[in-house]
Amino acid sequence: MVTNTSQEAIDLDAPWISQEDLPVEKYQIVDEDGGYDPDDVPDLEETEFLDLYRWMLVEKRYAERMIKLQRRGQMGTVGSSRGHEASIVGSGYALQDGDWLLGMGRETSAMLQRGVSLRDIILFWRGVEDAQRFLTEQNCMIGISVGGYLPMTTGVGWGMNLTDTDAVVTAHFGDGATSTGAFHEAVNFAGVLDAPAIFYCQNNQWAISTPFEKQTNANSIAQRGLGYGVHGIRVDGNDVLAVYDAMREARELARAGHPVLFEALTYRTEGHSTSDDPTEYRGREEVEEWLERDPIERYESFLKSEGLWDAVDKEALVAEVDEEFSAAVEAADAYGPRDVDELFEYVYEDLPPILRGQLDEMEGDLEDLDDLEAYIERRPKG
Amino acid sequence: MAETIINAINMALREEMERDDGVVVFGEDVAETGGVFRATEGLKEQFGGDRVVDTPLSEIAIAGGAVGLAVFGLRPVAEIQFSGFLPPAFDQLVTHASRIRWRTRGQWSAPMVVRTPYGAGIRALEHHSESLEGAYAHVPGLQVVIPSTPYDTKGLLKSAIRSPDPVLFMEPKHIYRSVREDVPDDDYEVPIGEAAVRREGEDVTVISWGAMMQKTLEAVDRIDADAEVIDLRTISPMDRETVVESVKKTGRCVVVHEAPYSGGWASEIIATINDEVLMYLEAPVERITGYDIPVPLLSMEDYYIPHPPRIAAGIEDVLDY
Ligand SMILES: Cc1ncc(C[n+]2csc(CCOP(=O)(O)OP(=O)(O)O)c2C)c(N)n1
Repeated sequence: MVTNTSQEAIDLDAPWISQEDLPVEKYQIVDEDGGYDPDDVPDLEETEFLDLYRWMLVEKRYAERMIKLQRRGQMGTVGSSRGHEASIVGSGYALQDGDWLLGMGRETSAMLQRGVSLRDIILFWRGVEDAQRFLTEQNCMIGISVGGYLPMTTGVGWGMNLTDTDAVVTAHFGDGATSTGAFHEAVNFAGVLDAPAIFYCQNNQWAISTPFEKQTNANSIAQRGLGYGVHGIRVDGNDVLAVYDAMREARELARAGHPVLFEALTYRTEGHSTSDDPTEYRGREEVEEWLERDPIERYESFLKSEGLWDAVDKEALVAEVDEEFSAAVEAADAYGPRDVDELFEYVYEDLPPILRGQLDEMEGDLEDLDDLEAYIERRPKG
Repeated sequence: MAETIINAINMALREEMERDDGVVVFGEDVAETGGVFRATEGLKEQFGGDRVVDTPLSEIAIAGGAVGLAVFGLRPVAEIQFSGFLPPAFDQLVTHASRIRWRTRGQWSAPMVVRTPYGAGIRALEHHSESLEGAYAHVPGLQVVIPSTPYDTKGLLKSAIRSPDPVLFMEPKHIYRSVREDVPDDDYEVPIGEAAVRREGEDVTVISWGAMMQKTLEAVDRIDADAEVIDLRTISPMDRETVVESVKKTGRCVVVHEAPYSGGWASEIIATINDEVLMYLEAPVERITGYDIPVPLLSMEDYYIPHPPRIAAGIEDVLDY
């Protein structure tokens, strides 16, 4: 078999451009060893620096405890966000009231920062329809079709322009999403419309078993922005300060009519989801290497250097965060009781006669048919 | 040996790849890990990375790429990880795969298979549970096949791969591993376009397919009647003759599917019966289907699925008419 490879060097006369003409830098404030230039540190209050830390603990404990709940059968399939803490928290922290966040499910604390409640996130992963209703009250949504909601993101930004709304919309998605047709049309269209949209890619190196190198021949996600005439940036996604700082700027750019393609370089340290076994497709060494760059530890070293660590009682913080999580689980357990008519709600604004009839029939069947209920086990809890 | 539907898919792919060098298997996560359901497990090891390919997350390009491979003379078997992610690829199936023979007046064709798990019952996330076979069956030129047993799965998938025209092969993932039967190692085909009579009977014809087949058989066991059970197996082009002959004999018919009621494939079956054997009917044809709502999320999805008590009640209604 002949392989037509793009790797060969060939002599050319005409002025081709290639991605090698465009070195893409990685924006970083605190490096892997915890070193940084104090001049680069974003101008935040002490409490804000501490806040960022607390949010990362929230994200981490959330991820760990959701997996445990899943293993105990109290949760549907979930994906861990371990490793993404800085990328999620830094991006969320830069957003403001009135901003929109459309996500894929790996951005919990950014949604909590927008005002979503943890109970509702838990309900979402238990497959309770109402959860998304609560999320949208905070201008948030989770889209399961990868990349599918990106064109809609552009539309929201367009709407902000048409109505002189001073806000931005961000779509959070993974590296896999950048291979979908929807991604390309969305970013291109946003550029044409000057939409205040931030396309926020958490490039965690893997889309289930597909590594980034097999997802695209491009060296970075960020560089693709150029092809669409929008700003692009590649940020160390394990450096919460760099993410926050760049996202703050991204927000300014977007508000000024320059959509942004933001690539946060991070790593999914666990399986894609609870139904995935990552040892089948990647080596331990690679994971270890990234575990060394743990975003929370890196930020801890920063807080220590800044003399802010004394103000942190980590154990107490974790206990507090855990308690919040437990309370949220309790609230989720208590959610309901739920009735079958809610399955027919919201399909249309008004229930059309045919649905009314089907609902009546369903209710009648549940009442009349002996063991129908036995076929309808309700697991996991909702 | 007793095999599952998943094993049968794997056997069919392996044997077809051995038989024909042109068969290329690709899709998201199919090569390294053998797919999220392990349908393609071991194929990359046996046939190498040129013929078993992990693709980017690109449903449009997966389906459209298959059309390109096919017109170039290869035999692509693409996987769309869940049928809920077919909609972006739908354009490629409608606009190109199904029409390329027609457009080029037979010069080019698209002998390709798109495999995809469909249906509810595995407590997955949104978009992982729909049954939209009726929508796909509505596309002229596209064959839509849904097996319900391991034996048929192997034979139908082989026929699909050998078919000169495009096939959408929808796999009832709810019963991927729960139904077992002997699947011979031999090379055999189950022809596309032929329904199977699963049980012969005189009193009523019950038609179903895919994951609903098991539920239908269970329902039939619960009632005191001699039911004839037809597994449609190919949604399009449909085996009208088997349906018509059976209804001629029984005079009564029930159609069971998981897809929504309105515009579901049952509508087409009923229209066929009206066209061909209306005068033989002793009762209106009944359909037991999903409701006209999006499949509920995992906490309540079981309310949606037509379970045996509902199916049995529907059949009894028709018998008592
Ligand atoms: C359109 C579409 N195709 C396939 C899937 C199945 N699927 C769910 S997540 C996933 C990988 C996503 O990878 P990425 O976008 O990198 O995000 P990550 O999960 O790594 O954060 C796939 C293939 C899907 N949900 N949507």
